[in-house]
Amino acid sequence: MPQQHHEHRPDPHRPDPHRPDPHRPDPHRPVLLDVRDLQVEFRTRDGVAKAVNGVSYSVDAGETLAVLGESGSGKSVTAQAVMGIVDSPPGFVTGGQVFFRGQDLLTMAPETRRRLRGAKLAMIFQDALSALNPVLSVGTQLSEMFMVHEDMTRKDSRAKAVELMERVRIPAAKDRVNDYPHQFSGGMRQRIMIAMALALEPDLIIADEPTTALDVTVQAQVMDLLAELRREYDMGLILITHDLGVVADVADKIAVMYAGRIVETAPVRELYAAPAHPYTRGLLDSIPRLDRKGEQLYAIKGLPPNLTAIPPGCPFNPRCPRAQDICRTDRPPLFPVAPGRTSACHFWKETLDEGQR
Amino acid sequence: MPDHGPLPPPDPDRVTPPEPEEIITPAGGGAMSLATSEAETLEPVSGKARSLWSDAWHDLRRNPVFVVSALIILFLVLIALWPGLIAGGNPLTCDLAKAQDGPAPGHPFGFDAQGCDVYTRTVHGARASITVGICATAGATLLGSVLGGLAGYYGGWWDALLSRLADVFFGIPIILGGLVFLSVVPSGSLWPVVGFIVLLGWPQIARIARGSVVTVKQNDYVQAARALGAGDRRLLLRHIAPNAVAPVIVVATIALGTYIALEATLSFLGVGLKPPTVSWGIDISSASVQIRNAPHMLLWPAGALSITVLAFIMLGDAVRDALDPKLR
Amino acid sequence: MGRYVIRRLLQMIPVFIGSTFLIFFMVYALGDPVAALFGDKAPDPATAARIRAELYLDQPLWKQYGHYMGQILGGEFGTAFNGQKVTELMADAFPVTLRLTLVAIAVEIVVGIVLGVLSGLRRGRTVDTTVLLLTLVVVSIPTFVSGYVLQYLLGAKWGWVSPSVSPEARLDELILPGVVLALTSLAYVTRLTRTSVAENSRADYIRTAVAKGLPPRRIIGRHLLRNSLIPVVTFIGTDVGALMGGAIVTERIFNIHGVGYQLYQGILRQNSPTVVGFVTILVLVFLMANLVVDLLYAVLDPRIRYA
Repeated sequence: MPQQHHEHRPDPHRPDPHRPDPHRPDPHRPVLLDVRDLQVEFRTRDGVAKAVNGVSYSVDAGETLAVLGESGSGKSVTAQAVMGIVDSPPGFVTGGQVFFRGQDLLTMAPETRRRLRGAKLAMIFQDALSALNPVLSVGTQLSEMFMVHEDMTRKDSRAKAVELMERVRIPAAKDRVNDYPHQFSGGMRQRIMIAMALALEPDLIIADEPTTALDVTVQAQVMDLLAELRREYDMGLILITHDLGVVADVADKIAVMYAGRIVETAPVRELYAAPAHPYTRGLLDSIPRLDRKGEQLYAIKGLPPNLTAIPPGCPFNPRCPRAQDICRTDRPPLFPVAPGRTSACHFWKETLDEGQR
Repeated sequence: MPDHGPLPPPDPDRVTPPEPEEIITPAGGGAMSLATSEAETLEPVSGKARSLWSDAWHDLRRNPVFVVSALIILFLVLIALWPGLIAGGNPLTCDLAKAQDGPAPGHPFGFDAQGCDVYTRTVHGARASITVGICATAGATLLGSVLGGLAGYYGGWWDALLSRLADVFFGIPIILGGLVFLSVVPSGSLWPVVGFIVLLGWPQIARIARGSVVTVKQNDYVQAARALGAGDRRLLLRHIAPNAVAPVIVVATIALGTYIALEATLSFLGVGLKPPTVSWGIDISSASVQIRNAPHMLLWPAGALSITVLAFIMLGDAVRDALDPKLR
Repeated sequence: MGRYVIRRLLQMIPVFIGSTFLIFFMVYALGDPVAALFGDKAPDPATAARIRAELYLDQPLWKQYGHYMGQILGGEFGTAFNGQKVTELMADAFPVTLRLTLVAIAVEIVVGIVLGVLSGLRRGRTVDTTVLLLTLVVVSIPTFVSGYVLQYLLGAKWGWVSPSVSPEARLDELILPGVVLALTSLAYVTRLTRTSVAENSRADYIRTAVAKGLPPRRIIGRHLLRNSLIPVVTFIGTDVGALMGGAIVTERIFNIHGVGYQLYQGILRQNSPTVVGFVTILVLVFLMANLVVDLLYAVLDPRIRYA
């Protein structure tokens, strides 16, 4: 995909993702979404699973942040906490702030927060088949956004629903508005999810693995549509994924998560050029590459840690090829590596140097 | 490509298992995949693998509902076997002069319409209920799970036939069927009642067993065993039965409770057990006539009956919760 | 849809024949209808033989059954023990039992669904645990116990309701019997609703509804209940047939002259036409209720499309 969206905002110095940045272009206008030191835990029968342990990131209007991580890294839970849809119990947000245009969502009155949900922040889920209500027609599910948030009449909102379906390029939208989710193909269903998120032209969209459940050919179409609509509406986008291929095309910056923490943040091209964390490096090295044909493909050894018992020190140390004694005792903070870049590795410098290929 | 060196030595206190398992597997098409599963799993990986049964047992022992109901059932079985343990008297020795009297020394529950000791009769009534319950459940479960299991395994016309046959039995209201059946066969003892309950009870078990076997049959390990040349017999006994039996056990436990209630209902209607057999249903029936004058005559056998049924249903419920982790 | 209905109706035929034949077999083959006609007296052999021939009892069983069913299709159900036509008994009894059943269903719907939704939404809390335990207790108390106890307490001791029901069986008199009849099913409806609500409240589409910023009332009413009540509605549908056939005990306790009462009389007096005739109608009601439920399923759940 062409990276046109970089052209209208060529400034390479993006706001630091984990704390307010003094270099922000307009200090009086608060950043769109600013997550600070977020903590989420799940109290299960087998103990307390610390799913998110002090995650900070920010996204501004027109910006795309990719959050990258394995299953259980806490990337989805962070997003759910931002949306306020963590299953509780067993999940509890135990600390941190989530500023949306300067207002803390976590301390807001539930009713105020509800009015923001769907209208100002919207979410696209991975599996549209289960995320859409099976017994309501897609028209009903789309139009209720307008009925609830904008007090539109049933008839007007129905017309808006058709309009939305056309917007996400569903063929014969008028005839299909009364169909049920199971009557659509996977790609079309995901388009309906996207239409639902776009309905009220929100400022921020969180897309949780929006293409994982789709066929490879459909994946590209849906990603293209999403990127195009994001540009058109000038929204902020948080793209949660485990697919580095998707990230490279659409994201401006990347946050890599591991065991409920951010281990590296960087502008997308800098991260690809030279990762500053051994985990990121492992991820990049395990991409099959045409120019390294015949070599053995690299794989990170071991398993992600049990979240009820995260190892002391650096959580990645049991799997890290670079681990030293200090990694087993001292938890590395996010070291500033370069403007707009951080890494939670004691040996970020060495990792970075080695990566200058 | 730089050399990453060996892994750090495995630490026995770490939860991360030192298996050479490759979590990060390359996916085709140039894109890489970090995870094999599509959704983020929040359930933490358990320290050691536990089987369904040991997991269930682990839960059950800590479930007060299970402990209480199991103790009640143990007690009931004991007094069904040896009622003399706690009630030395003879339930059939009655003194009409004391008919409908309230509690007296040595007779804590009072006397019934015939002047029999309500306490002794209530204790001795457990035997009939427990015997009918256990025998009927054993019969219905055996018949139902064999027929249902085979239908689920082989499918085809045998399955269709069995399903229609089960429908035929479901079409008959059970109390009604009992009234008709037991009024035409020589009755009064336990066995016609047991026979009737087995006759109308097996389709329910068969339906559960069939569904369970159909589900298990589709599992990969069964297909694998079949591909490796395991015969029908081996597949059914070694691979399918152990994995399909859980729902049957749950339903059978709950059914045991309802069968006891059914026996009492049929005895109450006058077609189940008949005197001189001592049964809660009969006692409740005769006490019901006098309920306005002497409610205690009804209260004790009715309470005993309800607690017995409750114990079995609670046991089944607790077992279900333990075996079906979906609804925790 | 039309084809599906026809297929289902065709499937019902063997079940109908099977169920009625089973009852027919028990009454006519295991019992002795002729001896029953004479009560305690021994019939003289010539009369007995004549009656047997009239009733086709000298024919093989399947011919007897065929003859009987032929008569039933012609509206001829035979004569009850007191000389009344069985069809007359039915005309009196079925409306009464139908009213009783409707009261019971109403109780199930109102109380069962409310309790089930409450406990399902508060899964694991005190309300939930209490309701669950209560349903187990209710299921464990046999109808004839709860019937007598409630009749004694509410009717005789506290005088809140009339303890017995007049022959007309007015609706207000049927409230207590209706509750007694409903109790067991009520517990099932509660548990089924609770399980269904609890399961669906964790479904992805509920999370979507929350993420859409819908108000809680709409999430529960429109998204959660619409899905959760599908199995409950189907259970209640099948229960109509089951309750009508299961009302024997309740009708006996409250002396209601409905289907159960007539059947009980028929069985006690070994009057075969009454028993087989009533059971035939009950089986028919049961099968029809099941068919309606199947069709209702398709209406409620668009994922189910009948070929």
